[in-house]
Amino acid sequence: MAELKGWKDIPIGGMILEAGNSAEYRTGGWRAFRPVRGEAECIHCFQCWLFCPDSSILVDAENEKMVGFDLEHCKGCGICASICPVNKKVIKKAEEELGRDDARLCICMVEEGKIEE
Amino acid sequence: MSTFEALQGNEAVATAMRQINPDVVAAYPITPQTSTVQKFADFVADGLVDTEFVCVESEHSAMSACVGASSAGARVMTATAANGLALMWEIVYIAASNRCPIVMSLVNRALSAPINIHCDHSDVMGMRDAGWIIFFSESGQEAYDNMIQAVRIAEHPDVLLPVAVCQDGFITSHGMEKVEIFDDADVKAFVGEYKPQWPLLDIDNPKTFGPLDFYDYYYEHKRQQVEAMANSQQVILDVAAEFNKKFKRDYGLFEAYKLDDADVAVVVVNSTAGTAKVVVDQLRGEGLKVGLLKPRVFRPFPAQEIAQALGGIKAVAVMDRSISFGAMQNAGPLFLELLAGLTANGVQVPVADYVYGLGGRDILPREIEGVYRDALKMAETGQVEQMVTYLSVRE
Repeated sequence: MAELKGWKDIPIGGMILEAGNSAEYRTGGWRAFRPVRGEAECIHCFQCWLFCPDSSILVDAENEKMVGFDLEHCKGCGICASICPVNKKVIKKAEEELGRDDARLCICMVEEGKIEE
Repeated sequence: MSTFEALQGNEAVATAMRQINPDVVAAYPITPQTSTVQKFADFVADGLVDTEFVCVESEHSAMSACVGASSAGARVMTATAANGLALMWEIVYIAASNRCPIVMSLVNRALSAPINIHCDHSDVMGMRDAGWIIFFSESGQEAYDNMIQAVRIAEHPDVLLPVAVCQDGFITSHGMEKVEIFDDADVKAFVGEYKPQWPLLDIDNPKTFGPLDFYDYYYEHKRQQVEAMANSQQVILDVAAEFNKKFKRDYGLFEAYKLDDADVAVVVVNSTAGTAKVVVDQLRGEGLKVGLLKPRVFRPFPAQEIAQALGGIKAVAVMDRSISFGAMQNAGPLFLELLAGLTANGVQVPVADYVYGLGGRDILPREIEGVYRDALKMAETGQVEQMVTYLSVRE
């Protein structure tokens, strides 16, 4: 964490005078569930990128690829997993046609601490 | 050139607002403040001000709009009373914490319940820890003068805090008196142009107001508010000195009336101070050495200066137009503040509290005379017979 300043050295009233400095605030530590992506399953539709409320979906714009998650800022809300069209399709197929609940999803939310790094 | 007009307190305040010509006024009508904003709305309709007048749907919205406009960089004013102030509550704190130099006319009225529209000070005393500078006004003239000075104090770079200017509901707000109205150009020159340091509308320098502030910085921001409040006392005195030079009326942190050689003093704010002066004159006629101390500035509370002014006094009677329920002896806030201030500054004299006038109950000269006679007795015996008395309540 950056060195904390005294009351004489900070703007009054809680004002933030620099624009866009929320990037400096690392909120990844808030996360209870981490998004994990199946690279083979991902169709690079950018829906997760569009819906992520924290700009935490990392993309390779030039090659139009979803490349991963910014885990320093991702709070683990799971919107990417819930919006992922591959997930929807896989879950539906697994449940209805195969009667299985272990289908391989594109994005799944895994409990922090239960992930092998 | 000044003119003298027969005005009610609210009209005097509205006239000050017209002359100040704020950028934004957001207010909601509530008795007994209504005629302030009603009169000001006339000025807006008549094109006498350039103000953006926001007719909001509640006081919570009124103060919210004020905070927004003030953050944008506008000079902002509002007016309210009692339950309206209570509905503003959340934003009253935010206005101070966000350092918005808003000026509010507060027409003191009793808080519900039972519902009551008349004067007491329960409304303003509830906001005493909110971080606002608080002025009391004995008359419509003082309310007018305080409003004009409040703008300068609130906006001073060393302060940047909101200011509430109180006057007594109905007694002052609807009582007609002779008020000296200064020349429009003189008031305009006195208040000057507001130059906000960090306007939100300065889009070339984008900034954030009111973000999340945790245990790492919240405390530091509160400490800044302490500094601003401490700074405000000198600013209040400097602005008063400039006001006196320009408009020939002398204001300080409090008014001392026949206090120099007095044995006993009554401490009372707002309109009752006027009645008490009559009683002082009367008792002085009997050869009794009595005086009056009328706090003008309640926040920041000038404890040291008041203790100094009351240094030679043998007994003090405080008159409170509200109760701090559950406080020591169920006393009033002015008493508690004053007793602490005197004690901390080494003035060890008998001090008693007289709660009066709740919900607009009339306070008569003979009742104030009774308070003075009690104080003279305290001075003689050195004892406080009864710490808190509820004047004129029926048993």
